[in-house]
Amino acid sequence: RTASVLKANSVQLLHRRAFCLGVLPDGLDRNSEAFVRNSQVMEGMISELQTHIEKVLAGGGAEAVKRNSSRNKLLPRERIDRLIDPGSSFLELSQLAGHELYEEPLPSGGIITGIGPVHGRLCMFVANDPTVKGGTYYPITIKKHLRAQEIAAQCKLPCIYLVDSGGAFLPKQAEVFPDKENFGRIFYNEAIMSAEGIPQIALVLGSCTAGGAYIPAMADESIMVKGNGTIFLAGPPLVKAATGEEISAEDLGGAAVHCKTSGVSDYFAQDELHGLCLGRNIVKNLHMAGRQGIMNGFQRINPEYKKPLYDVKELRSIAPADLKQSFDIRSIIARIVDGSEFDEFKKLYGTTLVTGFARIYGQPVGIIGNNGILFNESALKGAHFIELCTQRKIPLVFLQNITGFMVGSRSEANGIAKSGAKMVMAVSCAKVPKVTIIVGGSFGAGNYAMCGRAYSPNFMFLWPNARISVMGGAQAAGVLSQIEKANKKKQGIQWTREEEEMFKAKVVEAYEREGSAYYSTARLWDDGVIDPADTRKVVGFSISASLNRPPEDTKYGVFRM
Amino acid sequence: KSHVRPDDQQQRIEKILIANRGEIACRVMKTAKRLGIRTVAVYSDADRDSLHVKSADEAVNIGPPPARLSYLNGSSIVEAAIRTGAQAIHPGYGFLSESADFAQLCEDKGLTFIGPPASAIRDMGDKSASKRIMGAAGVPLVPGYHGNQQDIDFMKSEADKIGYPILIKPTHGGGGKGMRIVQSPNEFVDSFLGAQREAAASFGINTILLEKYITQPRHIEVQIFGDKHGNVLHLYERDCSLQRRHQKIIEEAPAPNVTDDFRSLVGQAAVSAAKAVSYHNAGTVEFIVDTVSGEFYFMEMNTRLQVEHPVTEMIVGQDLVEWQIRVANGEPLPLSQSEVPLLGHAFEARIYAENVPKGFLPATGILHHYRPVPVSPAVRVETGVQQGDTVSMHYDPMIAKLVVWGENRAAALVKLKNCLFNFQVAGVPNNINFLQKLANHRAFGIGIVETHFIEQHKDDLFVDPSQSVLAKEANSAVRFSAVLVAACICVKEHSALKESPHGGHGLLSPWYAHPPFRVHHHVRRIMEFEWENEYDSSGSKLFRLSVTYQPDGNYLIEMGEGGLHGSEVKVACLSEHDFRVESDGVSTDVSLAVYTKDGIKHIHAWHGLHHHHFRQKLGRELSDEDETQHKTSYVTAAGPPGSVVAPMAGLVVKVLIEDGTKVEEGQPILVLEAMKMEHVVKAPSAGTVHGLKVTAGQQVSDGCVLFRVQG
Repeated sequence: RTASVLKANSVQLLHRRAFCLGVLPDGLDRNSEAFVRNSQVMEGMISELQTHIEKVLAGGGAEAVKRNSSRNKLLPRERIDRLIDPGSSFLELSQLAGHELYEEPLPSGGIITGIGPVHGRLCMFVANDPTVKGGTYYPITIKKHLRAQEIAAQCKLPCIYLVDSGGAFLPKQAEVFPDKENFGRIFYNEAIMSAEGIPQIALVLGSCTAGGAYIPAMADESIMVKGNGTIFLAGPPLVKAATGEEISAEDLGGAAVHCKTSGVSDYFAQDELHGLCLGRNIVKNLHMAGRQGIMNGFQRINPEYKKPLYDVKELRSIAPADLKQSFDIRSIIARIVDGSEFDEFKKLYGTTLVTGFARIYGQPVGIIGNNGILFNESALKGAHFIELCTQRKIPLVFLQNITGFMVGSRSEANGIAKSGAKMVMAVSCAKVPKVTIIVGGSFGAGNYAMCGRAYSPNFMFLWPNARISVMGGAQAAGVLSQIEKANKKKQGIQWTREEEEMFKAKVVEAYEREGSAYYSTARLWDDGVIDPADTRKVVGFSISASLNRPPEDTKYGVFRM
Repeated sequence: KSHVRPDDQQQRIEKILIANRGEIACRVMKTAKRLGIRTVAVYSDADRDSLHVKSADEAVNIGPPPARLSYLNGSSIVEAAIRTGAQAIHPGYGFLSESADFAQLCEDKGLTFIGPPASAIRDMGDKSASKRIMGAAGVPLVPGYHGNQQDIDFMKSEADKIGYPILIKPTHGGGGKGMRIVQSPNEFVDSFLGAQREAAASFGINTILLEKYITQPRHIEVQIFGDKHGNVLHLYERDCSLQRRHQKIIEEAPAPNVTDDFRSLVGQAAVSAAKAVSYHNAGTVEFIVDTVSGEFYFMEMNTRLQVEHPVTEMIVGQDLVEWQIRVANGEPLPLSQSEVPLLGHAFEARIYAENVPKGFLPATGILHHYRPVPVSPAVRVETGVQQGDTVSMHYDPMIAKLVVWGENRAAALVKLKNCLFNFQVAGVPNNINFLQKLANHRAFGIGIVETHFIEQHKDDLFVDPSQSVLAKEANSAVRFSAVLVAACICVKEHSALKESPHGGHGLLSPWYAHPPFRVHHHVRRIMEFEWENEYDSSGSKLFRLSVTYQPDGNYLIEMGEGGLHGSEVKVACLSEHDFRVESDGVSTDVSLAVYTKDGIKHIHAWHGLHHHHFRQKLGRELSDEDETQHKTSYVTAAGPPGSVVAPMAGLVVKVLIEDGTKVEEGQPILVLEAMKMEHVVKAPSAGTVHGLKVTAGQQVSDGCVLFRVQG
């Protein structure tokens, strides 16, 4: 009996030692009122999210889907499912792009983008959805297409374009055609990526008219499907109008014409499934193209990784229902890193910023998470930690929940702007992969220092509860009403209390709406809204995709000392 | 044997050449190895990688695939024995096993032929001579008249003596020509004259013989053994009544539903038969038994070890090949007649590559999946093939013999059924399913067997599309099977991914985790399986399933048209082929065999008592129907329809047809030479060639119209 007691003791000791060695504690009180309320609120948010998602997954509606399948065509997500390795995962981006953005719904912005493996090669997929407005390009469609290309260029992912589009959405031509980040940029990107050895592959599965014709034409290799795939600068109606020539779409720009006569396309597919098989074959034959130096410097991947000790589903119970409440970011970290092991850096200094080393699916990461307002010390600590990671080529994960930098005379006098600038400088210049997840608020300069969209994180995702704005709604209302009051006073107008309250309420309401995760994701200020329970997976995929290119050295600008 | 016999001093066989292939060669080698005797295999070019070659200590190539150039080529086999220093040759069964000349040749070359003396082979090889010898030795023969008297009245009186029904048969020829079964005396004259006419027309000789026609015959045979010291004993009988195309498919020992008296009578008759030809070594005396009268009659004697000898081995607990070798060594039989035990009951089922619905025609192909049942003292699998082997057209299409033993017939039958259900063969059409039906037939269950069994019970044994109840049952079984297969395929795919270099370790492994990830939704895939529906003359039936990967790793499987609502299926992968599938609270073992043949993926699934074969169309990945990419056609849109233009400037070297000729699609029309290369210009479609004016030696320019083809 003594022996068994001794054994039990030593087991306990071992456990305790394990905790000493960086295993994060659970950190959640499952019996607390807050836990229950937070879970309920988040459940509500997720079911709202699911409602939106179900709508966009249905594409352009039952009628359009039926018409599509009557032409022996698959839906864009089905096409991707058949291109990626069977049974493998697919990280879809910006599913809710275009959400409530235009008068008419534009599910997923009319284009599906995302990353998945083909014959063991991660590829970026860009697939028009012909059931949504004939696959035409709205401004947000272009933005989403360009964002996918940006990620592909950044991560050196071969691009597979599944073309089935009527080209630019003509009524909005002014917003889609002329500017730098407009339609033409798609082909510019293809050229530049091709020049860098990033394979560009086009599968013409439907129409590909006017400007769209350049997608396959600019590709390194292209496939056309007999009967469905057409490429022409002008379709039969326009040809008739312009020259009087009467010709069918197939004879004008079908697969036979382009594979046999014009040479615009390279592979002739008997049907769509054949075309998709040919697409997989092209990737198989890429061999090492665009992949030189892979694994250089990233050789520390641990093939055997542990799961987090705590249930990832509990990530749905952490974000406080009340934004003003704070929570320990470590309870999130504990649920996304391997074995919940987190070796904290400078734990006792600048405690409102949590920094440390961990692994996600065996991939080493440096994690920076907010545990309150950024002070001088926290900003300096953040800059220091980023330098460590760039020096060691360790990818960075930012977990944002930040109201901003500390304000007030004491802070200013202490040079909070200087400290903040150091962190912003470090974040901007860091050449390691960066992944940002907004798990709560993202306000003001805190958004900058924590690698907001402007700092080009390789990937950025939001939890449904996330809020992004230059400051809080109430604060903005306060500032604006003070200015307004002063203006009115100058004009000699008396502002009643009710008028002021109404003014404030309007501002708060606008901030409320524009700060929501949906407002952000509809406009592609991020790469998607995710279920908190998927955070570990999404971060893992993002880093895995980011490591598809060799690491670079980081060079910093002048740090203000 | 307490004292040393003089023949123990004799030189013993130390190395045997087996003049055979397949399972019997392997089986002989097994015993030889156990006895410490080295083995030599012979093989034809077709059998270079066969199991019997691998199992032997040495192997000699004896020629090309056709048996007459290899396994029937006695002199090259004898030469192989001499070359390798083998002292004895075991002929197995078939091939040269009953060739008196070969036995003689062995003897002449100083080799021991493990079998009977050449004289006995010769005596028994001649069917009418053997009957004469047997008649003389008092072995019962089928009553009949084999004489030269052909007078119709005399014949009629002979027929009346024998009794009806009677068989009228021409003495010459075969193939059933001129044969008549006469049921009653008043039909005799017409039938006799008809048979005579037909015999005269077919063979030129119209002599006729008469034999008693046995309406419900059983085939019972007796295993006998003799040594070189004049001892002969029998090892009881076998019933081999279950036959198709006059070939046995299920044999058993001892024969069911016979009395002890019958057993000893038939045994003694067999021993007398063997003694009449001074027989030694293993032999079988075949009898036809009239199940109506209970009489038995001699048919023929097989002077070799038979295919079905293992059932006898099982019930007497002896190794007959060992006995053969000992007898060949000159040793006396190890047992006396009274010492031969009779233990329990044994069945043998012959698993053939054959097309059961097409009249049991032999089938060929690759054994893509071959998993015989595990062997034990009560279960033997005699086989000469391995997974991946080809069943070729050159030899007997037998894949394996399944032999089971039980303490009585009922116990043995339970084992037989179970083993048949667990015997997995895929890639070649085979008779396992048919054997199962036989084994499960109620008449067989109570041992009521006769040689017309299959014909008599064909309604039960073959699928009748009009049996709607069975069709319905089959349909619901196959639907369930399709669900299991879909789930297992998904798991299999995933485990294959995990083992692939990119999926297993490192950078990409999260992408291949199970279940596959999607943002805010689950992967749902459509799988289509085609099933050959025996109950529907229109042929195959298509199953369309939707598989949704659930977050917990299970699958939600739904089938398109009505009926089976979604089932939640959980799969544990036990090995590459084996799965444990849980569906609606029931766990089942499922085995899967998957292979690709002619661009079609074949999936075989075994579960419970079911075996289903599905086909899945592959994508066009391997298709070479891709005409547009391969055909070099020079049709131009410029000329009239069907015009063919010169692909480049060049010299016409040859014009292969005349203008106005009808041509096939792709038929060469003329040959051009340019850049030191010849280019054949072909007809783009079938039709008539018009406007072909160019001649050899003429220079043509790029794009000029050469001819046109009109359909």
